[in-house]
Amino acid sequence: MTRPPEAVPEPVRAARDLAARWLLPAAAWDRSEGLPRDVAGDLARAGLLAPDVPAEYGGAGTGQQELGEVCATLGGVCGAVRGLVTVQGMVAAGLRRWGTAGQRRTWLPRLASGELVAAFAATEQDAGSALAHVATSVEEDGDELVVSGRKRWVTCGQFADLVLVLGRAPGGLAAVLVETGRPGVSREAVTGQLGMRAARIAHLEFDAVRVPRDHLVAPVGLGLSHVAATVLDHGRHTVAWGCVGMAEAALHDAVTHAGTRFQGGTPLSAHQSVRAVLARSAVAATGARELCRRAARARTHEPGRALHETVLAKYAAADAAAAVTRDAVQILGSAGCAPDSRAGRLFRDAKVMEIIEGAQHVAETHIADRLFRDHGVPAPRPDGATA
Amino acid sequence: MNEITEQVTEFLTLALRRPVAPDDDYFALGLADSLFALELVTFVEERYAVTVEVEDLDLDSFRTAARIARFVRAKQGHPAGLGAGDDASA
Ligand SMILES: Cc1cc2nc3c(=O)[nH]c(=O)nc-3n(C[C@H](O)[C@H](O)[C@H](O)COP(=O)(O)OP(=O)(O)OC[C@H]3O[C@@H](n4cnc5c(N)ncnc54)[C@H](O)[C@@H]3O)c2cc1C
Repeated sequence: MTRPPEAVPEPVRAARDLAARWLLPAAAWDRSEGLPRDVAGDLARAGLLAPDVPAEYGGAGTGQQELGEVCATLGGVCGAVRGLVTVQGMVAAGLRRWGTAGQRRTWLPRLASGELVAAFAATEQDAGSALAHVATSVEEDGDELVVSGRKRWVTCGQFADLVLVLGRAPGGLAAVLVETGRPGVSREAVTGQLGMRAARIAHLEFDAVRVPRDHLVAPVGLGLSHVAATVLDHGRHTVAWGCVGMAEAALHDAVTHAGTRFQGGTPLSAHQSVRAVLARSAVAATGARELCRRAARARTHEPGRALHETVLAKYAAADAAAAVTRDAVQILGSAGCAPDSRAGRLFRDAKVMEIIEGAQHVAETHIADRLFRDHGVPAPRPDGATA
Repeated sequence: MNEITEQVTEFLTLALRRPVAPDDDYFALGLADSLFALELVTFVEERYAVTVEVEDLDLDSFRTAARIARFVRAKQGHPAGLGAGDDASA
């Protein structure tokens, strides 16, 4: 696909440099122990770790569109690197929106500089899509909060220094920052999962971990509705763009292969069915990119529509990534199944994108609700009639 | 009903797709989905040119249209808390 030539903004140029450097290591990270911790430092030095943190807190103050392009660029090379940028950005976004002035001053510069790597721990065994049902307890004890519970599937949980934990306090749901160095925190590495194998995922256990009261982000009761909702919205945006990068990268590999691989004297690209698959992939990837641009625009200029546009973009982009990577593996044949195949790795990662940050079915529910609302259809009453 | 309460009630009625009275607690009534609390904050900020800070948030200030209106008026009554758009609700 060709796009009109534009001046490449600095963060995007920096992301391209790192992406070029990490193209080969990414396959090895996926096969072995995962991302080295240094990657966070490299990203931070390039101004790409939580790049949208404003300059007053030591960030690059990158705009939404450029943040998106950064995530697409990194996502096309390594889902785990994009995942690291996503979770760092999520925690920073939650703090920026709902932290006190003191919390913003304390934490944001350390997140932007890479001194701290952050993770977000919401999911539990019995609370995945339904996060209102988390059971991790947050109790007050004098000047401290005591956090106890088990969190699952925490991206970067193996090396994160700071975890934003969603738990349940007597007065409602609460978001609490917990440093992983505190007594009572233990981690169990997750390995061998379907995708995002390099994302240093861990299950975390908090055994009566004590943190100062000022680690509570927003009042008790608003941990999910405001803090986690902001965090997840930010995550959906960067994941969506990451998916665009995955689809575009897989399409590149498929097109290149189709144009150069001959079977029985015929290039794959001569087959009508192959061309049709490539065409459909191009449309899916382009459509996802445009919906992501639209979401970035809404996030910049039309905050009232931003949440919804972001759900829509993430849904479309995850769908495109899953479909395009699947078709790319098909066209690559055994080359797509090889241990070091980028398309094969992106295919496994793309399935995960349809599950995290709001599973596709959950997104469909939101999108349909909004549709009824925009068309002025009253909600059904419990008795089945309309209101 | 004052003007702000009326506007907020209208927004809520559209967004929740059912008639909402100024004193209805839509969170307690289970009418709000997981994105709604944030959407409401954004609506108030955009419509009334105020910034909702964490210090403004407590469980109660956004529970009903009447309370939101009270919150907006209080915010607008304190110039320190205002951005450029003092007259956005006029
Ligand atoms: C690689 C990876 C990284 C992750 N990283 C993190 C992280 O950093 N932090 C964190 O907190 N969590 C993380 N997670 C967890 C992730 O957020 C959850 O897996 C996700 O929210 C879905 O929850 P669940 O797996 O419990 O599935 P469930 O909630 O059990 O849902 C399973 C399926 O049921 C359907 N479904 C569920 N609810 C509904 C509904 N309301 N309407 C219609 N269909 C529905 C959907 O198809 C869904 O895919 C990660 C997961 C993976 C795989």
